[in-house]
Amino acid sequence: MTAPATTTPGFTTREERTAALYQAMRERILVLDGSWGVLIQGYELTERDYRGERFADWGQDLKGNNDLLILTQPDIVRGIHREYLDAGADITSTNTFASTSIAQADYGLEACAEELHREGARLGREIADEFTARDPSRPRWVAGSIGPTNRTASLSPDADDPGARTVTFDELRATYAEATRGLIDGGADILLVETIFDTLNAKAAIFAIDEVFEERGYTLPIMISGSVVDLSGRNLSGQTVEAFWNSMRHAKPIAIGLNCSLGPSQMREYIAELSRVADTGISAYPNAGLPNEFGGYDETPDDMGTKLGEWARAGIINIVGGCCGSKPPHIRAIADAVRGLPPRVPPHVEPRLRLAGLEPFEVAR
Amino acid sequence: MTSAPDSGDIEPQSTAVFINIGERTNVSGSARFRRLVLAGDYGTAVEIARQQVEAGAQILDVNMDEGMLDGEAAMTRFLNLLAAEPDISRVPIMVDSSKWTVIEAGLKCVQGKAIVNSISLKEGEEEFLHRARLVRRYGAAVVVMAFDEDGQAETAERKFAICERSYRLLIDRIGFPPEDIIFDPNIFAVATGIEEHNDYAVAFFDAARMIKARLPYTHISGGVSNVSFSFRGNEAVREAMHAVFLYHAIQAGMDMGIVNAGQLPVYAEIPEDLRVRCEDVILNRRPDATDRLLAIAEEYRGGGQQAAAPDLTWRLGTPAERITHALVNGIDEFIVDDTEEIRHLVAHPLEVIEGPLMDGMSVVGDLFGAGKMFLPQVVKSARVMKKAVAYLFPFIEALKAEGASRSNGKIVLATVKGDVHDIGKNIVGVVLQCNNYEVIDLGVMVPAARIIATALEENVDIIGLSGLITPSLEEMAYFASEIERQGFTKPLLIGGATTSRAHTAVKIAPNYSGPVVYVQDASRAVGVVSQLLSETQHDGFVHDTRVEYDTIRNAHQSRTDAADRYPIDEARAHPAPIKWDGDYTPPRPIAPGITVLDDYPLEELAAYIDWTPFFQTWELQGTYPKILDDPLVGESARGVYEDAQRMLRSMIDEHWVTARGVVGLWSANAVGDDIEVYADDERREVRAVVHTLRQQTGRDRGRAENYALSDYIAPRASETADWLGGFAVTAGIGVEERVAIFEADHDDYSSIMVKALADRLAEAFAERIHERVRREFWGYAPDEALANDALIAERYRGIRPAPGYPACPDHTEKRTLFDLLAAEDRAGIELTESFAMTPGAAVSGYYFSHPQARYFGVGRIERDQVEDYARRKGWSMAEAERWLAPNLNYDRAR
Repeated sequence: MTAPATTTPGFTTREERTAALYQAMRERILVLDGSWGVLIQGYELTERDYRGERFADWGQDLKGNNDLLILTQPDIVRGIHREYLDAGADITSTNTFASTSIAQADYGLEACAEELHREGARLGREIADEFTARDPSRPRWVAGSIGPTNRTASLSPDADDPGARTVTFDELRATYAEATRGLIDGGADILLVETIFDTLNAKAAIFAIDEVFEERGYTLPIMISGSVVDLSGRNLSGQTVEAFWNSMRHAKPIAIGLNCSLGPSQMREYIAELSRVADTGISAYPNAGLPNEFGGYDETPDDMGTKLGEWARAGIINIVGGCCGSKPPHIRAIADAVRGLPPRVPPHVEPRLRLAGLEPFEVAR
Repeated sequence: MTSAPDSGDIEPQSTAVFINIGERTNVSGSARFRRLVLAGDYGTAVEIARQQVEAGAQILDVNMDEGMLDGEAAMTRFLNLLAAEPDISRVPIMVDSSKWTVIEAGLKCVQGKAIVNSISLKEGEEEFLHRARLVRRYGAAVVVMAFDEDGQAETAERKFAICERSYRLLIDRIGFPPEDIIFDPNIFAVATGIEEHNDYAVAFFDAARMIKARLPYTHISGGVSNVSFSFRGNEAVREAMHAVFLYHAIQAGMDMGIVNAGQLPVYAEIPEDLRVRCEDVILNRRPDATDRLLAIAEEYRGGGQQAAAPDLTWRLGTPAERITHALVNGIDEFIVDDTEEIRHLVAHPLEVIEGPLMDGMSVVGDLFGAGKMFLPQVVKSARVMKKAVAYLFPFIEALKAEGASRSNGKIVLATVKGDVHDIGKNIVGVVLQCNNYEVIDLGVMVPAARIIATALEENVDIIGLSGLITPSLEEMAYFASEIERQGFTKPLLIGGATTSRAHTAVKIAPNYSGPVVYVQDASRAVGVVSQLLSETQHDGFVHDTRVEYDTIRNAHQSRTDAADRYPIDEARAHPAPIKWDGDYTPPRPIAPGITVLDDYPLEELAAYIDWTPFFQTWELQGTYPKILDDPLVGESARGVYEDAQRMLRSMIDEHWVTARGVVGLWSANAVGDDIEVYADDERREVRAVVHTLRQQTGRDRGRAENYALSDYIAPRASETADWLGGFAVTAGIGVEERVAIFEADHDDYSSIMVKALADRLAEAFAERIHERVRREFWGYAPDEALANDALIAERYRGIRPAPGYPACPDHTEKRTLFDLLAAEDRAGIELTESFAMTPGAAVSGYYFSHPQARYFGVGRIERDQVEDYARRKGWSMAEAERWLAPNLNYDRAR
C-alpha cells in the first residue's frame, strides 16, 4: 500500500527516498536481494502460466520469459520481493533484467518493453512501501534492473568479418532509454545497470539514462555492476576491472561493482581492486559459488555469509547481495553477517586523466 | 646527461611521463594509411595500428578526414575492426576529426574511455558546450584547441587566454572534470621563411607553462610533426626537429603528443651539429637559424631511421614455432608463407593442419583455458587458422581428385530450446569451419526435434549442443534421451557456460549409448571433433572418455537433490484441486468406442494448419501471418510460403499423401495414479491400465499441488462414471515415396518441404479431430465455434496430452494407447522399438474432457515413485529407470 498516511515520514517523495539512501549508505552496509531466476524456477510454471490470459494466444513460446510474469503472474513477482525483504534485503531489484525491447524481441514482445519496466518497478515500489510502512525505521528501496540485453556492441558475430556487429550503440541507446523511462515512471529509486558483459553496452545505457534525466529535469542514483567472466579478470568484451571503472566513472554512480559469473571466492580480488581505485560505493552480488556440475550452486547460506562478512570487515564493500543460486536464506545469512559492520569509506583518489582501452591507462601529474 | 623522451622504453600501461599518441592511423598523418583506407584495404590498415602499438604508441589517434571518404562509415568500420584486435585495443583511442558527426560515430564504437580530438570555441560558446556535454555523456576526455570565434591563437598570450576561457566554461558551466581536459595550444610550422613564424614553437612552450601553472589538472598535447612542415621530404631533419621540439615542450609541460612513435630519435643521439641548429630554429635563438639549418639539411637527407618495423624476431624460429606464434598472436601476415613452407616438408597437405596448425591451436586452447587469452583473441587465432586452411584447401582437393579422399565431416550445432545465448556456440562454429568442417548452425532456441530432424536430413557426423542458462542442462539430457530413443549412434558434444564435464558424465552421457563428450571451450572443439572423426584415434578417444566419465559418475553416484521433492505419498495427498463429490457430472460421449477416420479430406485439414512452426522449420522467426510482412524475413517467408501453397495444392489435388486416423472414447476411472479403461459401461472388466506420473516438486516452497493426469478422471471410489479418450492420426502415408522422388532429383528443397507440410497436416489433423471430438464424438461442447487462431491458442475445454511429452513423459504408454485404438490396423501408424511413430508425420495422445484439465510437466521424480511405477507397470527397476531417465531426480545405479 502506498497511502501516505502509512508511509515513513520523510520517505514519500523521490527526493526523500534518494536522500534516505545516501544517508543509509553512510551509516551501514546495505543488503541487496538474491537470484530471481532460481525462485521463479521453483514455481515450475508452464507455458500457460507464462502466457496468462493476456498472452494466451501469442504466436511464440513464452515459457522462460521470466520478466513477462510481471504482467501475467504479478503475485509471484510480489511474492519474491516480499521473500527477499523478509530475509533482510534493504533493496530489491525489479524483475526486469531481460525486459529490454532487444531481449524481448526473442519473444516478439518488444512492444511490451516499456510496460514491463514500468509495471516491474511499480510492483517493487508497492512491496517496498508495504515493508517500509510496517517498519518505518528501516526504509526499503527498489533498484530498477537494466540488463545487458542479449547482444554485444563490441563483439563480432562473424569471425570472417571482425568489424560486423549485431547491434549498434544507437539501437541500444533507444532500448535503454525506453527501459529507463519505464523504471522511473513505475517508481524505481535506483537505476541498476547490471551484469555488464560488454562495456560499450553499458556506455549506451548510461548515455540513455543521462538523456532521460535531462528530459525529466531530475536524476536518480545509478548503480553499475559489471561481470568478470573469466580467470583473466576481464569482462566478455575484454576489459580489466580498472579499465571498466575508468570507462564508467562519468556516470557518477553511487556504487560500482560486480555480479554474476563468479562466486565470492573468485570475485573477491576484483572487488578488492575496484575498492582500491573507485571513489564511490562498492557493490557486490556474487553467485552462490561457481556453477557445479549440475548447473546448481553449492555455496550454502553460511558459506556466503561467512565470506561476505569477511569482505565487510575488510572494508571493501558498501552494498552486498547474491546473484545466481542465492536464495532468501543466503540473503538472510548475508544480512546477518554484515549487520552492525561499518560500510567501506571510499578512498580519496587524486584527480588524474585515467583513460582505458581494454586496459587502464593513467596519465601522470 | 640529458634525459630525453625515449618512446621505445616506455611501459605502455603504466603511468607515463610523456605519452606517445600514434599518428599513423591518421589519413593526414600517413599517406600509406590514406591509400589503404581509400582502397578499402582495412585489413592492412589495421596492421598499421598494430605496428604503432608495438612501436610504443600508448594511445592511437584515428582520423578519417579525407574528402573522398565517408568519414562516419570509415571511422565506424575501422574502430570496430580495432575492437577485434586485443593487442591493439588494449590502448585507448583518440577519436580525431574536424567533423563532429565523425567524432560521434567513433565514440559509438569505443568501449573504453577515449579522447575526443577536438572541440573548440571556433563556433561559439553554445556549440562548444553542447559538444562538451556530449563528450561527457559518452564518457570521454577531450582535446580543446586554442581556437575561438576569431581563429587560431598564434601568440602565447592568446593561446593561454582561449584555453583559460575554455577551462572556465567547461568547469563552471557544465562541471567537466579538469583532469579530463587536454589543451592543444597549436603547434605551427617554423623555419618557413616567414619571420612571424619563427616564434611559433616558443609561443607553444610559453603557453604550455602558463597552462600548467594556472589551469590545474589539465594536460597539454599537440601535433608535433606540424613544426617541421617546411622540411617535408627530409625525414632526418624532420625527426631531429621533432626530438628537439619535444625535449623542450616536455620541460614546458607537454604531456602527450601525436608522433610517429617508431620514428623518434633520442635527443642525445642526434649529431651535435644538427641538434644545435635545430635548437636554434625551435627556440628562435638567432635570426639566421633557418638558413643555417637549411645549409646542412642536405647532408642528412635520406639518413633518417627506417620506418619502425614490428618486432619480427619470432620469424627466426622454426616454421612450426612461427605458426604457433602467429596463431597465438593472431598475426595472419606470414601464415600463408609459413604454411607453404611446411607443406613441402610433409607427405600430405592435411598433415599441416593436423600437425603444426592443430598444435598451435591447442596452445591457444590451453592459454584460453588458463585465462591467459580471452575470447576475442581466440576468434582472431581462428581467423589465422582459416587463412592457412583456405590456402591448403586446393592442394587437399587436388589430392582428393586423385583418389585420396579426405573429408573432415559435418557438424550440426544448436543452442538448445529455451536458451538464447549463442556467442560461445558461434565461436565453436567458426573454429570448426576454420578447420574445414562443414557446420550447420541451427541458431538459438532450437527444439530437440528440429536438431534431430536436421541431423537426420543432413546426415551429420556429430551433433553439438550449447546452452548457458541452467534449464538448458535439462534440455540437453532430454536431447540425449531422445536421440537414444531414436537409435542414433553419432557423437554428441556438450558445451556452454553452465555445462561441465561432471554434468555431462552424470546426467547426459547415461542417457545415450553413443559417444558423449563435454567440450570445455571453443579452442578445444577441433581437437575433440578431429579425434572423434579420425579412423585411427576414434576408438581410443571414445574409450578414454567413457572411462573418464565412468570414474566421474562413480564419484557422484550418491549425489541427490531430494530436498525439493515430496515423497510420493505426500504428493498424492495434494493432487489437482478437482472436486468429484459436487455438482460436476462428467459428460457421456455421444459416440463411445472407436471412430475410424480413413482417407480424411486433406482440403479440410489445410484450413487448420498452424503455419508459424512451418516458418520455424525454415529458420524464419516470426508469427504467421505477420511474418509475411516482416521487414527482415518477409521476402523469404513469402517465397517459402508461396512454394508451400503450391506444393500443398499438388499434395491435395494429386493425393500425394493419405490422412488416416482413429479416435477412441472409453469408460474409465482413476485408481490412484492409474486410469482403468473398461470394456464397457458396466465398468467391471478392465481392458487396459493407463499409467500416469505425478509431480513431486515444490517441497522447498510448500507448493501444495502435485498433478498427475489421473487427477482429471473421476476416481473409481467416487462412483462417478467418467471417460478417457485417445487418438492417433497421420498425414504421412505416401511421404517417403515422394521424398525418394525428390532426392533422386537432388531436390533437397522439395524433399524438406513435403516433410514439413506433412508434419503440418498431421498437426492440423490432430487439431481438427480434437475439435470434432469436442463437438460431435464426445460432444461436450456442441456449440463451440472457434477460429483457427483460437484453436491454436488452445482456447477450448479439455486437453490432448501425448505420451512422451511433459504431462506423461513415459513413451512406452503409447503402446497401451495404440493397442486400445488398434492404431496400426486402423490408421496405418506403427511404433518403432523405441516407441517413435512411423510415418513421422503422426500425432497421438489422450483426450481429457474435464474443464479444469490443463497441461503441466511432471518434472523430475524421486526413486519412491519410480519404484511404485515399476511395480504398477510390471517392470524391473532398471527398465523403469531407463524409460524415465530424463525425469529421474537421482542418479540411477549403473
